[in-house]
Amino acid sequence: MAHQPHDPNEKVVYVGDSRVRKYEKNNIPRDYSAYPGKSEAFVPNFLLKEWMVGAVVMVGYMMLVIAHPSPLGYPADPTNTSFIPMPDWYFLFLYQLLKYPYAADSYILLGTLVVPGLAFGGLLLAPFLDTGKERRFYRRPIASSLMLLSLIAVGYLTIVSWQHYEHELEVNGIIPEHIQREEELLAAIEAGKPVPEPGGEEPAPVAIVDKDDEGFQIYQKATCTTCHGDELKGMPPQLPALAGIGDKYSKEEILGIIENGIGGMQAQYQANLDSGLTEADIDLLADWLARQKSDAGEEVEEG
Amino acid sequence: MLKSVYNWIDERLDITPMWRDVADHEVPEHVNPAHHFSAFVYCFGGLTFFITVIQILSGMFLTMYFVPDIINAYKSVDYLQHKVAFGVIVRGMHHWGASLVIVMMFLHTLRVFFTGSYKAPREMNWIVGMLIFFVMLGLGFTGYLLPWDNKAYYATKVGIQIAASVPYAGEYIAIFLQGGDIVGAQTLTRFFALHVFFLPGALLALLGAHFFMIRKQGISGPL
Repeated sequence: MAHQPHDPNEKVVYVGDSRVRKYEKNNIPRDYSAYPGKSEAFVPNFLLKEWMVGAVVMVGYMMLVIAHPSPLGYPADPTNTSFIPMPDWYFLFLYQLLKYPYAADSYILLGTLVVPGLAFGGLLLAPFLDTGKERRFYRRPIASSLMLLSLIAVGYLTIVSWQHYEHELEVNGIIPEHIQREEELLAAIEAGKPVPEPGGEEPAPVAIVDKDDEGFQIYQKATCTTCHGDELKGMPPQLPALAGIGDKYSKEEILGIIENGIGGMQAQYQANLDSGLTEADIDLLADWLARQKSDAGEEVEEG
Repeated sequence: MLKSVYNWIDERLDITPMWRDVADHEVPEHVNPAHHFSAFVYCFGGLTFFITVIQILSGMFLTMYFVPDIINAYKSVDYLQHKVAFGVIVRGMHHWGASLVIVMMFLHTLRVFFTGSYKAPREMNWIVGMLIFFVMLGLGFTGYLLPWDNKAYYATKVGIQIAASVPYAGEYIAIFLQGGDIVGAQTLTRFFALHVFFLPGALLALLGAHFFMIRKQGISGPL
C-alpha cells in the first residue's frame, strides 16, 4: 500500500512508504559542548589513542608468541595410564577445590555445584544483591570484601594446584610431553636424522640383535620385562624400547642404569639378584643390551 | 570519489544516523588516561574485544589446516606447527590469545565490579557480561581438546567426569558433550562444532547486546 506524498500538516507521519509511524528519537547524543570537563570526540581523537594502547599490547603479545611456541605433546593415547591430567590454568582453582576432602567423594556436590554455584551465581546476580546507590568500593565493605576474599581464594587454589603438579612431575621423574617432544625434535635435527613425526606412520620396529644369545634368555628372567616387554619394545614414550638401546648407551652406562635407575625407573640391581640372577648374568645382560644397535642387523646382512 | 559513493548509498539508506549511533559520541574526562593516568583501568574492556577479534581471525586461519578427526587432528596441528610457513605464529597467537583474553576479561570484570558500574540502570549489561564470561570459558574448554594430544585428551576426560558427577543432569551433560559413552571421535567433532560455530555465534550475539547497551546508556559517571 503506497502512501500519498505526505502532507506536513497530517497528524500521523509514516517512515518512507511503510506503515511504520515515524517518531521523534529521544536518544540522539547531546552536543559535545553539553558535557562537563575535558571530554573528547571518540572518532578520531580518542580512537587514535586507543589504537596506540592496542599497538603496545600487540607488541608484547607477539613477543610472547615468538618467544614461546605453543605446546604440542604426543598424540592422545587412551591406554596411557601414567599421564597426569591438567586443565588449562584458568580452571585450576576449580580443579584444586575438588581435591579437598570436604569437596570430594561423598561431599562431591559441595565441590561441583554448591561452591562454584554460590560463587558464579553471586557474581551473576551481583546487581540484585548489592542494590545500594553507593558505587565507591570502600563504601560497600560487604561486596568488596567478598570479592577480595574470592580473589585471594582463587589465587591460592591456582598456585597450590600448580605447585602440586610440579611436585608430582618431580617425584615421578616426568618431563611434560610438549617439552620432551620439542627436545626430541631438536636432538633429531642436530644429529641430522629425519624429524620424528608422532602420530605419523609407525617406524619399523628395531630388530633384536643376537636373539640366540644367552643374553636374551637372561633378559627373559630379568625384572626388565615387566616394563620393557618380552620383545624389548617397551611402551613409548613413557617406557622406552630397549631394542636399539645400544645406540644411546654403552655397557657401563646400562649397568649404571640397572644399579641406580633413571627418570621414572627405580634401581633394579637388587630386584634382579632376588629373582635369581647372578652378578655375572647381569653383566652378560648389560653387554648384550649394549649390542642392541638399530643398524647392527643391516651390517650383518651386508657382511 | 569516496564521498560520492558515500552520498549515493546515503541517499538510499540514510546511513548517517547509523554512523552517529556507532561512532559519534563523546569520551568523558574520567575515563580518558590522557587526563587521569589511573583511568587506564577503563582500557581492559576494549583490549578484551581487540584480542577477541584476533582470536576470531587467527582461528579462521587455523581452520584452513585443522582436520577434526581423531587420526588427522594431531597430524594437522603438528603439520601446521612445524611445516607451514608462519603456522607456529598463527597457532601461537590463538594459543596465547586464549589465555590473554581471559586475563583481560577478568581485569575488565574487576574494574566494573570495583567501580560499582554494574548498578542500576546497568544491571542487564552486567548479566550479559557474565554470560560472555561463561561463553569464553566454554570456548577455552572446547578449544583445549582440539590438538588431540595427551594433555588435551586427559583434561577433557577429567572435565567431563567432573560434569558427570552432578546429580540427575550430569549423566546427560556427559553424553551431550561426549556424543556417546567415551571421549572419542564424536567428542572431537562435537567440540569442534561447539568451538567454531555454536559458541562464537553466542559470543557475537552477546557482544552485540553488550555494545548496544553501552551506547544506549553511556559509560558510568565519575566516582
